[in-house]
Amino acid sequence: MNPVNYLYLSALLFTIGATGVLIRRNAIVVFMCIELMLNACNLAFVTFSRMHGNLDGQIIAFFTMVVAAAEVVVGLAIIVSLFRSRHSASVDDASLMKL
Amino acid sequence: MENLIALLVAAPLLGAAVLLCGGRRLDAVGHWIGVLMSSASFVFGVILFADLLGKDAEHRTLMQHLFSWVPVEGFQADVAFRLDQLSVTFVLLITGVGSLIHLYSVGYMEHDERRRRFFGYLNLFLAAMLLLVLADNYLLLYVGWEGVGLASYLLIGFWQHKPSAATAAKKAFLVNRVGDMGLSIAIMLMFTTFGTFAFGPVLSHTGDTSEGKLTAIGLMLLLAACGKSAQVPLQSWLGDAMEGPTPVSALIHAATMVTAGVYLIVRSGAIFNAAPDAQLAVTVVGAVTLLFGAIVGCAKDDIKKALAGSTMSQIGYMVLAAGLGPIGYVFAIMHLVTHGFFKAGLFLGAGSVMHGMNDEVDMRKYGGLRKYMPVTFITFGLGYLAIIGFPGLSGFFSKDKIIEAAFAKGGTEGWILGTCALLGAAITAFYMTRVMLMTFFGEERWKNQPTRSPEAPSAEPAAEHHGEHAEPHPHESPKVMTIPMIVLAVGSVFGGAFFSIGDRFLHWLEPVTGHSEGDSPLSAAAVTGGTMVCLLIGVGIAWAMYGRRPVPAVAPRGSLLTRAARRDLLQDDFNHVVLVRGGEHLTRSLVYVDHTLVDGVVNGTAASVGGLSGRMRKLQNGFARSYAVSMFGGAAILIAATLLMRAV
Amino acid sequence: MSFPLLTATAVLPALGAVATAAVPAARRTAAKWLALVVSLATLALAITVLVRFDPDGGRYQLTESHAWIADFGVRYELGVDGIAVALIALTALLMPFIILAGWHDADPLETGSRRWRPTQGFFALILGVEAMVIISFEATDVFLFYIFFEAMLIPMYFLIGGFGDRAHEHGEEAASTQRSYAAVKFLLYNLVGGLIMLAAVIGLYVVAGNFSLQEIAEARANGSLHMATNTERWLFLGFFFAFAVKAPLWPLHTWLPNAMQESTAPVAVLITAVVDKVGTFAMLRFCLQLFPEASKWATPAILVLALISIIYGALLAVGQRDIKRLVAYASISHFGFIIMGIFAMTSQGQSGATLYMVNHGISTAALMLVAGFLISRRGSRLIADYGGVQKVAPVLAGTFLIGGLATLSLPGLAPFVSEFLVLVGTFTRYPAVGIIATFGIVLAALYTLVLYQRTMTGPVKQEVSAMPDLRARELLVVAPLIVLLIFLGVYPKPVTDIVNPAVKSTLSDVHKKDPKPSVEAAK
Repeated sequence: MNPVNYLYLSALLFTIGATGVLIRRNAIVVFMCIELMLNACNLAFVTFSRMHGNLDGQIIAFFTMVVAAAEVVVGLAIIVSLFRSRHSASVDDASLMKL
Repeated sequence: MENLIALLVAAPLLGAAVLLCGGRRLDAVGHWIGVLMSSASFVFGVILFADLLGKDAEHRTLMQHLFSWVPVEGFQADVAFRLDQLSVTFVLLITGVGSLIHLYSVGYMEHDERRRRFFGYLNLFLAAMLLLVLADNYLLLYVGWEGVGLASYLLIGFWQHKPSAATAAKKAFLVNRVGDMGLSIAIMLMFTTFGTFAFGPVLSHTGDTSEGKLTAIGLMLLLAACGKSAQVPLQSWLGDAMEGPTPVSALIHAATMVTAGVYLIVRSGAIFNAAPDAQLAVTVVGAVTLLFGAIVGCAKDDIKKALAGSTMSQIGYMVLAAGLGPIGYVFAIMHLVTHGFFKAGLFLGAGSVMHGMNDEVDMRKYGGLRKYMPVTFITFGLGYLAIIGFPGLSGFFSKDKIIEAAFAKGGTEGWILGTCALLGAAITAFYMTRVMLMTFFGEERWKNQPTRSPEAPSAEPAAEHHGEHAEPHPHESPKVMTIPMIVLAVGSVFGGAFFSIGDRFLHWLEPVTGHSEGDSPLSAAAVTGGTMVCLLIGVGIAWAMYGRRPVPAVAPRGSLLTRAARRDLLQDDFNHVVLVRGGEHLTRSLVYVDHTLVDGVVNGTAASVGGLSGRMRKLQNGFARSYAVSMFGGAAILIAATLLMRAV
Repeated sequence: MSFPLLTATAVLPALGAVATAAVPAARRTAAKWLALVVSLATLALAITVLVRFDPDGGRYQLTESHAWIADFGVRYELGVDGIAVALIALTALLMPFIILAGWHDADPLETGSRRWRPTQGFFALILGVEAMVIISFEATDVFLFYIFFEAMLIPMYFLIGGFGDRAHEHGEEAASTQRSYAAVKFLLYNLVGGLIMLAAVIGLYVVAGNFSLQEIAEARANGSLHMATNTERWLFLGFFFAFAVKAPLWPLHTWLPNAMQESTAPVAVLITAVVDKVGTFAMLRFCLQLFPEASKWATPAILVLALISIIYGALLAVGQRDIKRLVAYASISHFGFIIMGIFAMTSQGQSGATLYMVNHGISTAALMLVAGFLISRRGSRLIADYGGVQKVAPVLAGTFLIGGLATLSLPGLAPFVSEFLVLVGTFTRYPAVGIIATFGIVLAALYTLVLYQRTMTGPVKQEVSAMPDLRARELLVVAPLIVLLIFLGVYPKPVTDIVNPAVKSTLSDVHKKDPKPSVEAAK
């Protein structure tokens, strides 16, 4: 199959993720969408690795996974503590950090 | 012998330094230190004079080069002195009359708690004036020139607690500064023209440059002389300068300060000789001032201000003579010296009168004082006879020569100037007789008059301090004051004759200033006769007005001219309206402009930046999702731009 | 390698600043003494520089050169010419007086305000400024100069904003607001100037490939470095703008009155007598040497601005009601003279301008410090609040008068020599400019004497009737300055001898010769 199709899929996934981040209020869903974007990137990296015939992309993909894992840990912890204090997981409620 | 020259200046300068820095410890002896230092300077002057006399006429110049003062490439100013016939004449006048005034001040200022400082300033005055006449270049002369201005500032404002004195001092300094501006521009012109401003090179190269430049230099020097010598249009400070203690007035009017302008013009004779237009301007200034001063002198009831008008007028004679060129230089200086004697005597006499009259200065409150102050009366009277030109006394010889020289100028100018000078002689006789009659003759108006009349034009605040004193008790002044007056009176009687017999003074000064006899349309006898007639007319009118009739204690309203003359012919009012008011408006509006416009632009920029950032701040709304939108938008734009750049 | 004298002169006050700041809070007096000793030691070093400097020797002496940021051609290069030596000596000379005069300015208030006045900080900041000013005078690397030219803003900002007059007519709250306004204005004004200069510095690097003043100037002189006319002009303007802000030149002057008004008198002296001199000094050293053609191109415009500064500053000084603002505007007028002298491009003008920088430093210090003593006694800066001080405190009034007379350039005092040289130097090339500038001397007399008359003479005001005369410490500050004013007025030759050769080489950089007199009367 033409590897370019994987890139199309990756772009599609990324767009879905980005739209989700922008329009959803629930922090968990926003979070999932970010994961979706990261994985879209991973797919693109792996595809490029295949297309160029070297392993650079695959290595980057591993890095991304590690970062994503770390992010999940930190991010979920923040969301949980936010939920505990405010009884809401809406990102719009946490808007105090402004000038 | 040359090394003595610096000591001439150094002695009073040292005196000033010691007295001003010495503190209270010197209060007891301070005045004697002052007298000692000025007398020491006089002694040095006499020694140097004797030395010059011993040489033949062409070699009577001593030079002393102390050190290089401001050396910058072509600009070489040295501290160097030149003592020739002209400067030694001034030195003797300054230190001689100056020392007498010092001595007089010992008595006059006896009760002033700041007497030590007064003598410090007097010494400073002498030092500056000596520097002025001894300097070998115009820049060093300028130092003395402004030094004189400073000393006069300090002395006129000596009674600083009086606002009028402080104002008068400031005014004197400022008007002088305008003149100083002329001197500094003249020096700059000399530097660009000749590459130097030392007397020798400049005055010997006047033939090598254009008349236009010399005229410019001459006019600037004239401006300077006008400031220092109180000539129209910069004369306004002189009357106000009477706020100072009377010995200061004597010093300013007789020995120092006002004579400086005449010195400058005579010293720069070579420049003026080559610039007839500048010379004409000098004579015009002199003639106008001699009439101006005389008219003002007629109207003043304040004895010191009447004498001040007289000084203005007499200096006008000297400036007129100096403007005549080689015909008049010698006579300008001769009149200056004789005037130094009799004017100092007159002022000291006036001071003595005030001393005995509780510092009253209004002549309308004097009268009949000759019985109470015989010495003052006689010395003042001799000075009076000298100034009006009574035959045989000093003023007769010196003023007569100037009138003759004015006619000798030739042509229409000669007639106009000569007539002015003659008219001036008549008015001089009038106002001096008026002073004499009002002060020493007539009824004793000070009796039964304890309070001052509110309309009295004299606003001398010194008198206010003693206003609570009841009737004054006129008395003769102590010896320390009368002795200088007697010496000066002797000088005013015999000085002129001594100088004129055998043309002594002429032969003495001629090598420096040059001399030529003009072709007078009138014989000397005719001029003398004319002068005598004028004199008699002046005295006669004064006698008719003030001798035969009693003098009203309150000044009558007087004619328009009298009222104008009382206000210094409205020149002060002009200054006030145009310069003071105009200047105030200008500075006030500039302060406003600086605040609103210049600073406004700055603050406006700051405010608009602040406003802009206030609006930008609104974008930071705290919603994570709107930040995310801007991030995505930014990323999209970046990527689009990158692709676009690739494509192009 | 010989002892790095120039580095030592700059580093010593810097170390002193650190040490002073580190003195424990309770031992305030120790900090003061430490600062004083350091400033005196710096003065000793500066005098050593003065002695070691040979006026007839090479152009830059006592040079030091080390690689610093090799990639960008930035070097640590120091060297002094006669102009720099004179100004380093002035800076080091004034510091002990500034410290002595400000002895009690930063003492913590016993009662009332809770504002903390860290004495240690005050003196450390002053020493820090000294270090930076000295190294700016020494730097012959444009980048090195730029860094310290900008860095001195930081301590100055804190000195202006953090320490004001002890008593204030509008109360502590208003005073604090005004102070921070003045400090921020000072900082922003100078930062803008500095940023524009930074752009020009980078531009210079792009054109020349390095930052060394000597190399660039040499390359410009022998033609191996060619600059397009427009490039040179833009770079010149970038440099000049920063220096004109610092100097300050009309119309970039409005920060100075605010800054001087709000800061304590010693800090005001620091601003106008020391820090501002870096601006005029840099015009001579950088603008003229790096961009000779552009300097000549801009001369007419700059002369006009300088002339406006002279007259405008003097007129505004006449209209002021605040003593310190009056001195500030007088300084603006004087800076106009200095800049006019520099750009007249004659040896009299430039020697006079350099001398003017030194003399103005001393005379303003004398006048301003005495004014500060006066203000601290009465707690008001308004002229109208004084009157008759002469009667109560004659020594104070006398020293104030001498300071004022120096400001109006009375002959016999130092500023006269420099002012006259500037006037003559300008007149020989631009007679009209010279004549108009001469009006400045009348106006100077006006504002000085009006100030003296209103504060010192007349009837004694109730509020000043108990005013004490100068104390020993204060007299110790003023007396040496007055002696110096008189000495340099009578015998300025030592300074002119040092300055003249440096001015000569600067003039040869711009290819200008003095106009010749029309008659060769001098032999």
